[in-house]
Amino acid sequence: MIRQHLPALQVILPLLAAPTCLLLRRAGLAWLFATVVGFATFAIAILLLRQVLSQGDIAYAMGGWSAPWGIQYYVDPVSALVLLIVSGISAVVLPYAARSVAQEIPSERRCVFYTLFLLCLAGMLGIAITGDAFNLFVFLEISSLSSYALISMGQDRRALTSSYQYLIMGTIGATFILIGVGLLYVMTGTLNMQDLAQRLPAVATTRTIHTAFAFLVVGLSLKLALFPLHLWLPNAYTFAPSVVTTFLAATATKVALYALLRFVFTIFGAEYAFNTMPLGPTLLLLALLGLFVASAVAIFQENIKRILAYSSVAQIGYMILGISFATVTGVSAGILHLFNHALMKGALFMAVGAIFLRTGSMQLQHLAGIGRRMPWTMAAVVIGGLSLIGVPLTVGFISKWYLIQAALERGWWPVAVLVLIGSLLALVYVWRILEAAYFDAPAKPDAHIKEAPLSLLIPTWALVLANIYFGIDTSLTVGVARQAAGLLLGVQP
Amino acid sequence: MGILGHYNYWIVIFLMMVGFYIVISHGNLVKKIVGLNIFQASVFILYISMGKIHGGTAPIVAEGVSRYSNPLPHVLILTAIVVGVATTALGLALVVRINEAYGTVEEDEIHAKDSSL
Repeated sequence: MIRQHLPALQVILPLLAAPTCLLLRRAGLAWLFATVVGFATFAIAILLLRQVLSQGDIAYAMGGWSAPWGIQYYVDPVSALVLLIVSGISAVVLPYAARSVAQEIPSERRCVFYTLFLLCLAGMLGIAITGDAFNLFVFLEISSLSSYALISMGQDRRALTSSYQYLIMGTIGATFILIGVGLLYVMTGTLNMQDLAQRLPAVATTRTIHTAFAFLVVGLSLKLALFPLHLWLPNAYTFAPSVVTTFLAATATKVALYALLRFVFTIFGAEYAFNTMPLGPTLLLLALLGLFVASAVAIFQENIKRILAYSSVAQIGYMILGISFATVTGVSAGILHLFNHALMKGALFMAVGAIFLRTGSMQLQHLAGIGRRMPWTMAAVVIGGLSLIGVPLTVGFISKWYLIQAALERGWWPVAVLVLIGSLLALVYVWRILEAAYFDAPAKPDAHIKEAPLSLLIPTWALVLANIYFGIDTSLTVGVARQAAGLLLGVQP
Repeated sequence: MGILGHYNYWIVIFLMMVGFYIVISHGNLVKKIVGLNIFQASVFILYISMGKIHGGTAPIVAEGVSRYSNPLPHVLILTAIVVGVATTALGLALVVRINEAYGTVEEDEIHAKDSSL
């Protein structure tokens, strides 16, 4: 009975839990409640993934209204994987949040914080599960509005301006998506994604559909911070509270990327997007540019969160690169990196949050010698960094391996070489962090900086170990990613 | 139909560009929100006007009603209006907080204070 309603519960649970958090009025209780809900959504996501892998796609008619009229929730391997990573990250971040939020957010705002966090989670899960184009826009706005508010809770006053900047750019992006969905509706008279996919080919050559495609791709690129539409991201990640940065860096851009995959492959179809419209070369160029420019900028940053934020922009370049190949290997490399990058950035930002908890600073110069004071936290940064570079036995290696394989498959060896050079740039900025932490002598010896508390270390290390585990045992991630890519491109894997 | 036959779309495009231009060109944070609102309103009109049918009335079951406008875009845009209101409220709340923190809502003055935005 319950099993049958899992797709609805996946979204409704955090959505209903959010206002409940506000009613609890006590920060500790709100945290406990939010954490339990976080774990419950993770459990639901695992059940959904298992069900999809064993029994095939799940279609759920919301409220009993059947498909083209009612809103349909649709779970296939792509969405199940995104649900898993989003809810998984929330289940890891929430236990971590207790200490970090207690330090960074004033007590009267903590209940609101957990409310916003759950709303944001509900929005992202909704984007991943819905089978309705307009519903996707609504969930996108739920998650975006709550993330603007979450970012503005940062301690620095620049958190306010970066949140404002994100609000302006995010709303423009979302409105572009709204225009695109509206134009699709005008031409087809439907909003259901599968229905749209069936009806679009008949009108695909009209100028309205070309325009809709352009609006949707640009709007979603703004949301997923594709270079050069990434301008909101570095500030937002730098000044947001540590927990928020971790959560958003690991999930928000990934969910937007998922929405792009859905629109491009499921609704418009690869044939239309890559042959009729010049999406392939456009994405390829922007991905490579983003990869190099953002990595180069990251090298010259002094704030550790900012380094990682620019690195995120570069890593999004890798995911987009995989998609731009429009082959099964390419798209599965993109999806794989979507999953893997969430693990590495999650681990890195959590470790950085732990450093901030103890030192109160994000500047590289203040971190001199921190490797001796906080050995476990810095060890997490080391492994996360190695994963970012793409060293074997970490998930980063797996993504790069498949990406290069995809490039060679198409015979684009210069692209494969560029991916390798990009990894060298990652080596430089990761090295700058490690150099400061391990090899620079501390400016003044302050013995009071000690190892981060266990409530921060355990979640951080959970993700670090996931980085290694999925770097060795790739059967789940690669298997699902390949199946998902085959599905998106309409070929049997 | 001609160019004038699609006058609703011309209004939409005009409002869209006006709103977009205000967001980009104005340094005042409140005016940017106003621009954003005009930009969003243009999309509301796009949706509402596309549901309209010549000679169509409200979609009700009544005697003599055979031709009616499509209600779905109108319902959709109600949701989008709610989203727009929420965005405006949040944006303005942020502007209030920015004003408290910086003592100004002008982009260049904020930039001069700590090179953000």
